[in-house]
Amino acid sequence: MPLKILVTAKRVEDPESKIKVKPDGTGIVTDGVNYKMNPFDEIAVEEALRLKEKHGGEVIVASIGSDKSMTEIRAALAMGADRGILVKHDGPLDPVVVSAILDKVVEKEKPDVVLLGKQSIDDDQNQVGQYLAERRGLGQATFASKVESLESEAEQKKQPGLVLSADGKALRVVREVDGGLLTVDVSLPAVVSCDLRLNKPRFASLPGIMKAKKKPVEELAAASLGVDLAPKVVVKRLSEPPKRQGGQKVADVAELYAKLKNEAKVL
Amino acid sequence: MSNVLIVAEQSGGNLKKASLHAIAAGQAIAARSGGQVHVAVLGKGIGALASELAGYGVTVHAADAAGLEHHLAEAYAPVVASIAGANGATYVGAAATAFGKDLVPRVAARLGAACATEVLGFGGSGPAVTFQRPMWAGNVLAEVELATPVKAFTVRPTEFPAAQKGGSGEVKAVAVAEAPLPTRFVEFKEVKSERPELTEARVVVAGGRGTKGDFKELEGLADDLGAALGASRAAVDAGWVPNDWQVGQTGKVVAPELYVAAGISGAIQHLAGMKGSKVIVAINKDPEAPIFQLADYGLVADLFKAVPELREKIKAGKGS
Repeated sequence: MPLKILVTAKRVEDPESKIKVKPDGTGIVTDGVNYKMNPFDEIAVEEALRLKEKHGGEVIVASIGSDKSMTEIRAALAMGADRGILVKHDGPLDPVVVSAILDKVVEKEKPDVVLLGKQSIDDDQNQVGQYLAERRGLGQATFASKVESLESEAEQKKQPGLVLSADGKALRVVREVDGGLLTVDVSLPAVVSCDLRLNKPRFASLPGIMKAKKKPVEELAAASLGVDLAPKVVVKRLSEPPKRQGGQKVADVAELYAKLKNEAKVL
Repeated sequence: MSNVLIVAEQSGGNLKKASLHAIAAGQAIAARSGGQVHVAVLGKGIGALASELAGYGVTVHAADAAGLEHHLAEAYAPVVASIAGANGATYVGAAATAFGKDLVPRVAARLGAACATEVLGFGGSGPAVTFQRPMWAGNVLAEVELATPVKAFTVRPTEFPAAQKGGSGEVKAVAVAEAPLPTRFVEFKEVKSERPELTEARVVVAGGRGTKGDFKELEGLADDLGAALGASRAAVDAGWVPNDWQVGQTGKVVAPELYVAAGISGAIQHLAGMKGSKVIVAINKDPEAPIFQLADYGLVADLFKAVPELREKIKAGKGS
């Protein structure tokens, strides 16, 4: 049974970039910072593509942000997504606003599955999937993972970690929770948020990148959707976390043991 | 009056200790808002636990129903939201465990509330509570305000003390209407371990890429010290150790008295999950490994030589 999948691709600071807070605490220093698709969203895109490769269907990638977010949409299209939706919004985003916008996109597109990263690595909120599922009255399978490791044969074969039921009405999702793995069946349509161990995202191929340039991307103004765009999680101030005083080296195990026993008194 | 509702987490009728830290966070807010702390506990066969929780001087709302046996946010959220509404709760929170992270944003959406996750502390003055939380993998601290009448939050348990027993609150039974759910429990594969739970252990011994997948010596050291075992993302991704050993911003956040990092270079992601530890020991062959910058005691050495040697010293020390 073909699946219509909506997947998100947020533009975030490259996790390899050094993040520094502006002296006045109003934001971060953006000079010299690179941007890319949220790594958790890359996992969601990969999973969407694997599901499509197995079952057929369509993968639609959505991003919310300035014109620059077109780069992340093109990146997902280059990986293999079919078309894009860019919801243009220059103001600050929080999970309340983002889920309200996605709610409208889902209402219009009626996907069978919404796949998102469990969190974005900029504000690390981990909320949008849960909000969206509640707003639409859908089931949520957060922190999707799989039993097999990322070095396993199933992963080499690019098998999807999410398993569609024989009747095509539900997805079986292995969720990574405290103390183990919790498996649930969630009825479609459903919202699934992806954790680190679900898959290893593919790299875009050169033909993929060329094709992506011709794939359709619909542009919408967030202001036209009729949702409240005022953030409700209001950032007042940013600061650098307190630095840890470390850096002492010990010469050998004997000194380490002595320090732990007599100085730190933890043994 | 601004009451605070904390959702306690249990499994098989046993309380998760993280919930006590969330209750303490709730008490800190209530002291400022002038409200009272209520605790919701949901599950099947939780009567004894509800009475135990009342011993912390809080009003306990116990929803005991077959349909709440498993942690499904779709089943829990309506119950928690209705307890919050019926008890004038303007703050609704839980510990930032997998359970809390899954559930609280859904409850918040239902209550029209904004939510602050992984809260490290509270700011602002008087009843105007702001929330301190990490962003960018813990490289930035943000002070956020929630601009909704009801405010939801999850707290990082390591940042708050555990609530202390005292007083005796009332236990109220909550009637639960069973409704068909979009999500069904299939199975839970528990990672069984004789060792203490990672987030609750006094000592954590963690290994990374430098172990090359051989955790035998680290397991031995953990046994000698009564420690929990942890790992870097590299070791988990390689499939060497179970997922739930991962310490880091996207894994577990720990703050033990002693953290031993062996063969871990110290990616920012990992450091965010353990830099709250009281004493950090790093053992790594690479003298340039970033972990050394924050370790209290750094030893440049091959872990396969250093760890057995350390175990010998510890054994000899115990004998003396």
